[in-house]
Amino acid sequence: MRCTRCRAKAEVELRAHNAGFCRPCFLFFFTRQVERAIAHEGMFEKGDRLLVAVSGGKDSLALWDVLADLGYDTTGLYVGLGIGTYSDVSHEKVVAFATRRGLPLRVVSLSAEEGGLAVPTVAAATRRVPCSACGTMKRHFFDKAAIDGGFDVLVTGHNLDDEAARLMGNVLRWQKDHLARQRPVLPPTHPRFVRKVKPLYLVSEYETAVYAFMRGIDYVVEECPNAAGATQLVYKEALNRLENASPGTKLAFVKEFLRTAQPAFAEVDRQEPNACERCGMPAYGTICGFCSLVRTVERRRAPAGAAAPA
Amino acid sequence: MRVHLRPQQRTVELAGRRRVAALLAELGILPGTAMVIRDDVLLTGGEVVEDADEIEIRAVISGGAA
Repeated sequence: MRCTRCRAKAEVELRAHNAGFCRPCFLFFFTRQVERAIAHEGMFEKGDRLLVAVSGGKDSLALWDVLADLGYDTTGLYVGLGIGTYSDVSHEKVVAFATRRGLPLRVVSLSAEEGGLAVPTVAAATRRVPCSACGTMKRHFFDKAAIDGGFDVLVTGHNLDDEAARLMGNVLRWQKDHLARQRPVLPPTHPRFVRKVKPLYLVSEYETAVYAFMRGIDYVVEECPNAAGATQLVYKEALNRLENASPGTKLAFVKEFLRTAQPAFAEVDRQEPNACERCGMPAYGTICGFCSLVRTVERRRAPAGAAAPA
Repeated sequence: MRVHLRPQQRTVELAGRRRVAALLAELGILPGTAMVIRDDVLLTGGEVVEDADEIEIRAVISGGAA
């Protein structure tokens, strides 16, 4: 197979784009896709301070790498989830990457927050699936770190496969409120929110993995031990089967949703968040999802006979 | 050839030259869900792998958020 751009021997084939690329041309193609997404959606500009959420996986480190190369003002944010060796290794990879690239990094450890909020502890105390508890806590600390640090934008490494799987889940249950907010750019709807953007939303996870490999980024290849059986992975597998039968399906699913259907859902989503009575962060009830989680954990921790926290 | 599967941390031994696409199909791996690596270079589906090759097949799927 020959490179679509320069006719050299191709190292990667992208069936969704009906193209093949050699290493230099793939890196050019990938970077250009990210640049186009940023420009097309008006995600941010060169003067903005970007907080990049990094997990140690291929997507977030590839994203941080490409944004830094494009000259953006980036700071990494790593949230340590307290998931045993997996979190230890993830932390090491993120620190090594930041050190090698000379990029600033902030670290939040859930085990050190609110008396200990490691994902396994919280999942057990609240009887929620780990991914659900993890997502709620990560969103809270991403928002908090962005506001506390005075950043303009919170950038996450969600890729095309993540967005397609999420869309499939939202459509299968017709979750109108979720569909209303599934966009590559979420403007702040509350003073305690910053803009949230996903520059990789049209880039497949195969492409981010190839970029990370070609750039020599040492990322965590191992899957989170809690992810086994997660619904999102079931959707991803189904979508990959569709993609194999009809290349470009995932791209069309997400792009056409955003172009044709999402605006209609966005119109009916008019609920503005309140301030959480407990922490002041945005909440759609009296307290936010994070504080609700913490309150449950505190109640479980309270010794028998002691008054449960409010 | 020796084929190292990651993240499963499993190695399989296979005999006989074949195309990468056939190797993936034999292992039940869909194209686009894994990188096939030989000597620090990625291989496309049309490339041929041989008995003496040391191959890494690295899955690219990640996630778990509910």
